[in-house]
Amino acid sequence: MNLDREKMLNLYENMVKIREFEEKARELMLGGKLAGFLHLYCGEEAIAVGVCANLNDKDCITSTHRGHGHIIAKGGNIDKMMAELHGKATGYCKGKSGSMHIADLNIGIVGANGIVGAGLPIAVGVAFAMRYKKMDNVVVAFFGDGASNRGTFHEALNMASVLNLPVVFVCENNHFGMSTPQSVHQKIKDISVRGTAYDIPGKTVDGNDVLAVYEAAAQAVSRAKNGQGPSLIECKTWRHYGHFIGDPEPYKDPEEQKKWLARDPIPRFAKQLIELNYATQAELDAIKDSVKEKIEAAVKYAQSSPDPLPEDVFSDVYAE
Amino acid sequence: MAKMSYIEAIKETQRAEMQRDPNVFIAGEDVGVMGSAFGQTAGLLKEFGPQRVVDTPISESAIIGLGVGAAAMGLRPILVIDFIDFMAVCMDEVLNQASKLRYMLGGQVKIPLVIRTQIGAGIGAAAQHSQSLEAFFTHMPGMKTVAAATPADIKGLLTAAIRDDNPVMFIEHKTLARLEGDVPEGDYVIPIGKADIKRKGSDVTILSWSAMVHKCLAAAESLAQEGINAEVIDIRSLVPLDKECILNSLGKTGRLVIVHEAVETSGYGAEIAAMVADQGFDLLDAPIKRVAAPFTPVPFSPVLEKEWVVSEEKIIDAVKSLF
Repeated sequence: MNLDREKMLNLYENMVKIREFEEKARELMLGGKLAGFLHLYCGEEAIAVGVCANLNDKDCITSTHRGHGHIIAKGGNIDKMMAELHGKATGYCKGKSGSMHIADLNIGIVGANGIVGAGLPIAVGVAFAMRYKKMDNVVVAFFGDGASNRGTFHEALNMASVLNLPVVFVCENNHFGMSTPQSVHQKIKDISVRGTAYDIPGKTVDGNDVLAVYEAAAQAVSRAKNGQGPSLIECKTWRHYGHFIGDPEPYKDPEEQKKWLARDPIPRFAKQLIELNYATQAELDAIKDSVKEKIEAAVKYAQSSPDPLPEDVFSDVYAE
Repeated sequence: MAKMSYIEAIKETQRAEMQRDPNVFIAGEDVGVMGSAFGQTAGLLKEFGPQRVVDTPISESAIIGLGVGAAAMGLRPILVIDFIDFMAVCMDEVLNQASKLRYMLGGQVKIPLVIRTQIGAGIGAAAQHSQSLEAFFTHMPGMKTVAAATPADIKGLLTAAIRDDNPVMFIEHKTLARLEGDVPEGDYVIPIGKADIKRKGSDVTILSWSAMVHKCLAAAESLAQEGINAEVIDIRSLVPLDKECILNSLGKTGRLVIVHEAVETSGYGAEIAAMVADQGFDLLDAPIKRVAAPFTPVPFSPVLEKEWVVSEEKIIDAVKSLF
């Protein structure tokens, strides 16, 4: 991988930004400041960041219930995200989405989604429109190992394949479909093998290695943009927390948890950056401090923002 | 006016809209080479090419999902799910995606898509190809649901549906395929949400939609011979519902019979009856009657199917019971 310093530090900053955003959201939730469900992305940051670093603003993504990381990596505004988590009128969706449906169509975020596996067919439609309009763009569908057992996964891969559409399917295999271990929910170990059934190249990468993810995504994106059709990338990873905040995680083996925490993608990448002389520890600390300030500012923005008006419940149901 | 069949009206309306707007495309099973099971898209592949008339795999979730994604990007998909019974396998894409995205996203996106599908018993297609499930789609804020009973209404409503910036369920009826009628030439749009008084009357309001409208009209003619002058309203749009037209009619007649082909329990007639009981109670001189199918699946045998489908006689009996 030959990335310049700026790009390397940008990968790092985005990973840290996701981590800090999630840790802050967790703190707020546990402190009773947020309502609803929160599905944290901690531990999986290298995937969203490594993939989205290959995308421009006209390239699109569809995301999942665990979507904060994708949105931040795609360039989402953390003030508007934090305001949305607080249900405020200044949030991305005016307080109608909460955590699970955040979108920003202006920068290609077609939306997080509360239904497992629902983003894949929508991504196929976005790709169809891109080709229809002769756009030179690509759409990434993020989804988890659990979603790979849904019919929508199979229908979408087949449809994208047969229509030869510019989609990159990115499976974040965190080894659990909610509480159910991968070994219980499917017999295969590498989800990438499912590409074969649809004549789509499938590749498995270390999802906690941001550069490995970046490289695999770069190939798939370039393939799609060259008119060679969809790809499937499986990124093996681990969520540091439970499925949602409040999940007691009785299904996790403490030894496994320990093993994966040692592979945390952020300190791992920090070590690489220092060893390869891209940055000093002090520079990385400065990045983290600056990110923390931005997160604090986002919380302040959210908490000082107005609530929606009660009558707003009626707006945006239909387009006039 | 041009004389054409219900099917021809479907085909010609799609053709006209595709000529008018390059963002309109059709996707679904067998819409291309075959031109659909009853010819609703015949010849369109040849005229517009495979980019705009897309033969898809048998993957209903991916068909609707494709439409949602394409519509979010500014295209205007017409998605064909041949029988409304098959909507059961792609309900998430309709219920949780197409209908709700605009709202959930705080109005950031429009989802201008049309799902063309058919309801109806009467051709011996049995329980999984004969249902009238239109009520399902009236329970989804964000979705509009329309049903056309004549070739002219096909043209006006389908044109409106394709041009609408919201998802629209466009309900056709398979027994009307060969129905001939006069269709206005040129640009013809029926605003969604406008009912049509298909027969003027003063003694009773018979309200219906889709193929049942024709049975109501026939029943009204028989009733006229017995001195009962019935008004027949074709609501044409279930959501939004033209309440004003219904309540105005009741102001004249004071009696309401709601007729639909779907099973009575939780059918859309219940919603209309509740609306009238709430907003038009003082207009009523008699209880509201519903005439609908029994609470059973649609049977196959022609003898059983005939018994199942609402008949002209049942409509007449219901009307007479109010006098």
